[in-house]
Amino acid sequence: MSLRSPLGKVRGLGSAKNGTHNWWMQKVTAVALIPLTIWFVSSVVQMTQAGYEVVINWMNSPVVAILLLLFVVTSMYHLKLGLQVIIEDYIHSEGSKVMLQMLVTFGCVVVGTAAVFSILKIAL
Amino acid sequence: MAEFRLPKNSKYKKGKTWAAEEGATNIKRFNIYRWNEDDGENPRIDTYEIDLDKCGPMVLDALIKIKNEIDPTLTFRRSCREGVCGSCAMNIGGKNTLACTIDIASYKGDVNIFPLPHMDVVKDLVPDLTNFYAQYASIKPWMQTQTPTPSGTERLQSQEDREKLDGLYECVLCACCSTSCPSYWWNSDKYLGPAVLLQAYRWLVDSRDENTGERLDNLEDPFRLYRCHTIMNCTNTCPKGLNPAKAIGEIKKMMVERQG
Repeated sequence: MSLRSPLGKVRGLGSAKNGTHNWWMQKVTAVALIPLTIWFVSSVVQMTQAGYEVVINWMNSPVVAILLLLFVVTSMYHLKLGLQVIIEDYIHSEGSKVMLQMLVTFGCVVVGTAAVFSILKIAL
Repeated sequence: MAEFRLPKNSKYKKGKTWAAEEGATNIKRFNIYRWNEDDGENPRIDTYEIDLDKCGPMVLDALIKIKNEIDPTLTFRRSCREGVCGSCAMNIGGKNTLACTIDIASYKGDVNIFPLPHMDVVKDLVPDLTNFYAQYASIKPWMQTQTPTPSGTERLQSQEDREKLDGLYECVLCACCSTSCPSYWWNSDKYLGPAVLLQAYRWLVDSRDENTGERLDNLEDPFRLYRCHTIMNCTNTCPKGLNPAKAIGEIKKMMVERQG
């Protein structure tokens, strides 16, 4: 039981004085992903029947490689921000919240780094 | 974890049915949520059959008729009976609204009445709004200035600046919007909710207020403001036809604007 006043509870630890950056970056990455995703999906759909060589050749082009890098990095950033919001929304115990936020960050960085490495290895 | 199911002691069961009086022809059934702390029972849904020929047109008229003539233990808040006090906010037919401004005739079949969702219940249709009011107090809903009060005159406001308050000043703080918002359901301890954010914006756009920056500082928080995910239940449910989602969007725009 707490005898703290309702206003005291609401004022709590005060405003974090941030959140705007994450919110804005979520919008920016979302806008960037509209053309990138359309390009990526349509390219992959066109190559569904193609063999390994064709795909590797495609990725060897500098323009394609750069677009792929942009797509992967932007997606991972957007994914990280999105999952972070979901965790903040639904997970209320401090312990699991911190754990999950770390997992999400590590996961996105690992997947992103692996993808970037793979693209560079093929393209360079 | 956010709670998605009702706790055991909040699950409701069927209650008593109060049949209409003999000879009634124009009968409407009102299924109303009943709970009080004293009897230790789970909530129940009582059914009241009302003769609409002997009842006013609004849902609040039926509630008052029930309390006056059928069951005086039914508890609800009401005051102005014309949509300016915000007391009789409740969930009617699955949507938060004011009982005094909604027609009984707008409901086909039974009228189901519950308290505002996801709030602690004090009794029957009376939710505990303590936290909601404290959140309202936290945004300091009064004019804050640096310039000393001008002597012998008011703080003037141009007509265009006054018009910016239209669609904001009409809010009666009934809490229909905040209690319809899933983000508010899961995080009402930290998220201010649409009603309080609309009120915050009302002071942010008031040309006479001189503490806009401090007000934004107070709101700039991942939970206080940014729990809003533009779900827009608030705008959909507002019984006064206001647009809290737009007001919140405007606050977010101000936040970005001041970044440079």
